[in-house]
Amino acid sequence: MSKLRVVHYINQFFAGLGGEEKADVKPEIREGKVGPGAALAAALGQDAEIVATVVCGDSYYNENLEVARKTILDMVKQQKADLFIAGPAFNAGRYGVACGDICKAVSQELGIPVVTGMYIENPGVDLYRRDVSIIKTGGSAADMRNAVPVMAKAALKLARGEELKAPEDGVLEKGIRKNMFRDERGSKRAVDMLIAKLNGQPFETEYPMPDFDRVTPNPAVKDISKAKIALVTSGGIVPKGNPDSIEASSATKYGKYDIEGVNDLTSDKYQTAHGGYDPVYANEDPDRVLPVDVLRDLEKEGVIGQLHRYFYSTVGNGTSVANAKGFASEFAKELKADGVDAVILTST
Amino acid sequence: MVHVCTVVPISLTVGANRIVPAVAIPHPLGNPKLSRDEEKALRRQLVEKALQALQTEVDGQTVFER
Repeated sequence: MSKLRVVHYINQFFAGLGGEEKADVKPEIREGKVGPGAALAAALGQDAEIVATVVCGDSYYNENLEVARKTILDMVKQQKADLFIAGPAFNAGRYGVACGDICKAVSQELGIPVVTGMYIENPGVDLYRRDVSIIKTGGSAADMRNAVPVMAKAALKLARGEELKAPEDGVLEKGIRKNMFRDERGSKRAVDMLIAKLNGQPFETEYPMPDFDRVTPNPAVKDISKAKIALVTSGGIVPKGNPDSIEASSATKYGKYDIEGVNDLTSDKYQTAHGGYDPVYANEDPDRVLPVDVLRDLEKEGVIGQLHRYFYSTVGNGTSVANAKGFASEFAKELKADGVDAVILTST
Repeated sequence: MVHVCTVVPISLTVGANRIVPAVAIPHPLGNPKLSRDEEKALRRQLVEKALQALQTEVDGQTVFER
């Protein structure tokens, strides 16, 4: 059997061209292995050969996505590659995005197996994990000697037409659910897991929760009587008729609503859009979810400085963490720009 | 930020730092069994608790029990 033809993608830094000052170099192709390609070639062993290495500046790739992608695709095609490996990019953001993007393009356009490697927090992970096999690496190039053999092994496996499994192959889950047959029915498996959990025994979940990040608590509000307080809710409170058509579940949007002059949320003007709880009580009196009435009282009494003119609302019902995070990072900027000192977030 | 919510374990899982437990899922800041005045007083109590949480320094996730 002839050796597998491997093309390797690396950035300007690992090619030895230089750092940021060389991040604008256009894609170029070099014969054989370059930089970390040496370790990769050793790990690939006898069955595969790095026939060429594509080198591209991280800024160039990210600023010229379409041109870079096309240029490199042509290069890989000309090499008649059987296998494409990019990086590892560790925690380098632009490098990770470049590796993910070119792997996705090579896989889709040329139909050959692709592998890259990244640190879990690399932004390239969130963008490309669904499309590309990404091997989990450490945060810096110090992890090169651990990462490269795992990437090589996974690449060879894919080249043989085998599937990669998380976590044993070192690959990040793609988050794709596949139908499969199991010997025992779901209810039995669930009860078995529960019993194991209650007995303090190990068990493996079939549906891992997403990783939630942690933030350092903000300092306390010094003088609440001067503070501007905003209301935010995942309980779906919206003006009657749900003008922004926020979905009853798996929301893809949030609303921003003006409550200037509104002293009380009443059933004729407000409602909930939430489809995940019995809406009767919230529709009867929306203050039960978003306490505008009480905050107006506290504002008048001078307990708080001011209730912010707008409230923000979405439906937290099967809503993806990515969407929720996206909403909050958008409106948190507005809240800050509007001089809001603190937020009361209510959830149903 | 203070999170007023009924299912405290979820709030702890997602990482809220100041948490005030609420009444019930469909009416976190109310109780339809009470009279209007009693219900508003209950809501005020919860909001005051939330304001108190905002004025309290915390060094990690803290649940402000009612």
